[in-house]
Amino acid sequence: MRESKLWFWHILSAVVILVFLGIHMGIMHLDAILWALGIGSGDPVRSADVFRRSRQLFFMVTYVILLGSALFHGLYGFRSMLWELSLPRAVEKAVGGACALAGFALFIYGSYVAVAVFRMGR
Amino acid sequence: MRYRRKNQLGLWGWLGGGRWGPERYAYALHRLTGLGILAYFIMHIFVTGSRVGGPERWESTMASLSTPFFKAGEFLVFLAFSYHAINGVRLIFVELGTLIGKPGILSYPFSYSALRQRPLLIAAMVAATMLMIVGGADFYFLTK
Repeated sequence: MRESKLWFWHILSAVVILVFLGIHMGIMHLDAILWALGIGSGDPVRSADVFRRSRQLFFMVTYVILLGSALFHGLYGFRSMLWELSLPRAVEKAVGGACALAGFALFIYGSYVAVAVFRMGR
Repeated sequence: MRYRRKNQLGLWGWLGGGRWGPERYAYALHRLTGLGILAYFIMHIFVTGSRVGGPERWESTMASLSTPFFKAGEFLVFLAFSYHAINGVRLIFVELGTLIGKPGILSYPFSYSALRQRPLLIAAMVAATMLMIVGGADFYFLTK
């Protein structure tokens, strides 16, 4: 794929991450403020809360979208940083391949977890 | 064929801003925070993967991570996220050529692109700092 297309996806994934990670960070790390405003549900890492969210279709879908977007955004950024070191062409290809492979493997594992927990107890 | 230019500075080429101004250092910090967030994110995928083992497994994982060390680490990730997200929004605006003014005819007093971007950088840093303060208050001072 051409670099310009990858760069476009890098920026698009940043916008997706901004929305979904914004929601995630708000729920997980601004919980006391949300709770004070009457929006939060208490302790966000409490087992009951975690599994209640994980079994909702909205959260399962957003976890998978966030997972894919964040992996692409992060690993493409990481690959770009390494490529800037003027590495030999063969090493650049190996770095690109390793990043793509790691991304696919992590995406499959993370998606499996999201879907398995969503289906748990159904 | 891809244009290749030798990076003679090596790692310093990543981090050093030289005389390029605060935008260049903002860029270097953007990359550093990005690397930190990526490392945390990969770890986070495996930690949250423990949900597959059921509530008991999740609770034991959370119990093992409930130490001041991990809480401080989590707060550092929140700081990195705040900076990376807000500065990233600024970078998208710059990429799209918005909020940095229109190109004009060269006339005295001369202006240059970095100077036209400066108010956006300042606004982004103020917003990121405010988010960090709110997050810090939530992490360490506010209780439910």
